[in-house]
Amino acid sequence: MNLWFSEYHAPDVRHSLRVTRHLYSGKSDYQQIDIFDTPEFGKVLALDGDVMLTERDEFIYNEMITHIPMSVHPNVQDVLVIGAGDGGVVKELTRYESVKRIDLVEMDPLVIEACRTYLPENACKLDDTRVHIYFDNALRFIRRSCDEYDLIIVDSNDPFGPSEGYFTREFYGICYNALRSDGIMVNQQGSPFYKHDAEAMQRSHKRIVNTFPISRVYQAHIPTYAAGYWLFGFASKKYHPIDDFDEERWKSLHLSTKYYTTKLHIGSFYLPAYLEKMLMEVES
Amino acid sequence: MDRTDLDQTRAPIYEALEKFREMRVVPFDVPGHKHGKGNPELTAFLGEKCVGVDVNSMKPLDNLCHPISVIREAELLAADAFGAKNAFLMVGGTTSSVQSMVLSCCKHGDKIILPRNVHRSVINSLVLCGAIPVYVNPEVDHRLGISLGMSRDQVKKAIDANPDAVAVLVNNPTYYGICSDIRAIVKMAHDAGMLCLADEAHGTHFYFGENMPVSAMKAGADMAAVSMHKSGGSLTQSSLLLVGENVSERHVRQIINLTQTTSGSYLLMSSLDISRRNLALRGKEVFRKVVEMAEYAREEINAIGGYYAYGREMINGDSIFDFDPTKLSVHTRDIGLAGIEVYDILRDEYDIQIEFGDIGNILAYLSIGDRMQELERLVSALAEIRRRYKKDPAGLLSQEYIDPEVVCSPQSAFYSAKKSVPLKDSIGQVCSEFVMCYPPGIPILAPGERITANIIEYIQYAKAKGCSMTGSEDPDINNINVLI
Repeated sequence: MNLWFSEYHAPDVRHSLRVTRHLYSGKSDYQQIDIFDTPEFGKVLALDGDVMLTERDEFIYNEMITHIPMSVHPNVQDVLVIGAGDGGVVKELTRYESVKRIDLVEMDPLVIEACRTYLPENACKLDDTRVHIYFDNALRFIRRSCDEYDLIIVDSNDPFGPSEGYFTREFYGICYNALRSDGIMVNQQGSPFYKHDAEAMQRSHKRIVNTFPISRVYQAHIPTYAAGYWLFGFASKKYHPIDDFDEERWKSLHLSTKYYTTKLHIGSFYLPAYLEKMLMEVES
Repeated sequence: MDRTDLDQTRAPIYEALEKFREMRVVPFDVPGHKHGKGNPELTAFLGEKCVGVDVNSMKPLDNLCHPISVIREAELLAADAFGAKNAFLMVGGTTSSVQSMVLSCCKHGDKIILPRNVHRSVINSLVLCGAIPVYVNPEVDHRLGISLGMSRDQVKKAIDANPDAVAVLVNNPTYYGICSDIRAIVKMAHDAGMLCLADEAHGTHFYFGENMPVSAMKAGADMAAVSMHKSGGSLTQSSLLLVGENVSERHVRQIINLTQTTSGSYLLMSSLDISRRNLALRGKEVFRKVVEMAEYAREEINAIGGYYAYGREMINGDSIFDFDPTKLSVHTRDIGLAGIEVYDILRDEYDIQIEFGDIGNILAYLSIGDRMQELERLVSALAEIRRRYKKDPAGLLSQEYIDPEVVCSPQSAFYSAKKSVPLKDSIGQVCSEFVMCYPPGIPILAPGERITANIIEYIQYAKAKGCSMTGSEDPDINNINVLI
């Protein structure tokens, strides 16, 4: 069978995966949800036709969005995770015994249902007793919170669909307000390569810089995302991602990882010149 | 078309345009862009489908000045949908509907009874026809600083004192969503031999939603200007003028044709046709959703603290006879910010554009096109603005109704000899132009009114807070034109 799934990474660039089986297709109030099997990347979750994760490279995203803040903040107990209905971030978080509570806010119940059935490898920790799942709009959920979390992880879709609200000044403001005085917010920050993505990345970086005293960007190589190159935002009220990074403490936890290392932690904050320039443009 | 044949699933102008498209008619008539081929940049911007139906009146498409086929049918369908005797498709904005309505019943020297918080288009039409305004003092809510509706007693007084007036004009509702007792006012006007006119620029949905304030036509009003492009979903500048039993259709058509373009836009007319069909078929459901969203937003905004998003609890049986539940008006003064300041912060820092901010309030316009996710953004942004900017409200001016002293008719003031004087030196003079914040476009001063110290203080305060002032010849309103 010669069936191909294609996704536009830019108006004139497509990324295609050969599909062997379409495992699931559903339409929720918010989006079109598809899960299919591919020879190269294994099972793939797509929302509104955009690849969210693949079995083959999800570890890169989930490790980088989780272990970077967890190795900087000395005592993360209460975590809020936004989006991430596939359960990948939660799976990484539950590996830390210090974490007492994980509130997961996902607007679309159907994403979680589909992932539980078809991507159990990712969703396996959603039933951990520390995990509380709320089906809600995150803006509404968070604006009722104040001084409540040590870490907020924003694992959203790109800023051009139902997740648009998670890239706004008001969203970053209510996250700031919901964090304790030494809290950290980490978000997926898109890609800097194609023009459309780069502009959105700059806009959201600017809004975070205006909201948090410390705001840095770090990078990872993720093959199935646009340009294979992805950024994360590290926004913090107190801790600096490198100066306050406690390598020994993290190593003493003996967590095995496939992508994250303590050396890479530091390296991921060293950015290419063109990207540094783009960030500086909006920081001033 | 016979009235018994009216079928609200039809949209005759839209259907005629679709048919016209298929005919591939060769245009040797205006407009000169010839279905867009002559203006490729415009076509690339607006799209071929759009410019392809930007065409002129012709036999299969009827003529707005004298409709006999598809436009006539669309007007009959609109009249049926809105419960009016006649409906006129209007392409000059609701300003043109309001002006045609006033010009249809007022001549030079006639008196018209109206609240002072009317839109500028009403007073503009008095400049055109020379009618004399008799203002009914609207009641004022002192906490919110907004003008309310007209109370029945005040209307009665105005009618008794001016038995020679020809009409009473009612805002149904005001920009803020407040309705007067229009049924009672219609009855008082009719008993006194006057017509009742309604400015329903913000009331399209009253005709289709459930549990809405009563619409002007249902209340027995004689004419109503309805902004289909606001809550009705049609294109900007399209509007409807509705007429009841007591008004001659032919006379109104003649009045409209005094000022209306002879090249009525088919983009605007088809948008009216399609929107009317949508409202007739799905309006109930659409506005049920809008009301739900507005109620939800009110609850959430009131839960933030400091803001007051007001609703039906304001109803007092008279000057707030009813309240439009789709309106999301929020009083901001208690967080220490003028409405206009919140309006500016929302746009500049949160990329949220709301309808307007005045001295003490903001208005977010909710409609057919809104989704919950954007509403969450608005509520969250308001919560953030409170967290970041909240201060002591002491020193903020509360907006008060300033009772105007009408010295001469708007027309004679507008056309009289005048001079420009510094605003600060103009106390006691008679103004010959408009001064207003836009939006909402309700005049602070209208031609023919006495300038007072209160008014000058108000204008200076509104300017300082960042209100966009319009109407006067001097755009900065440092100077004002007064009668010599």
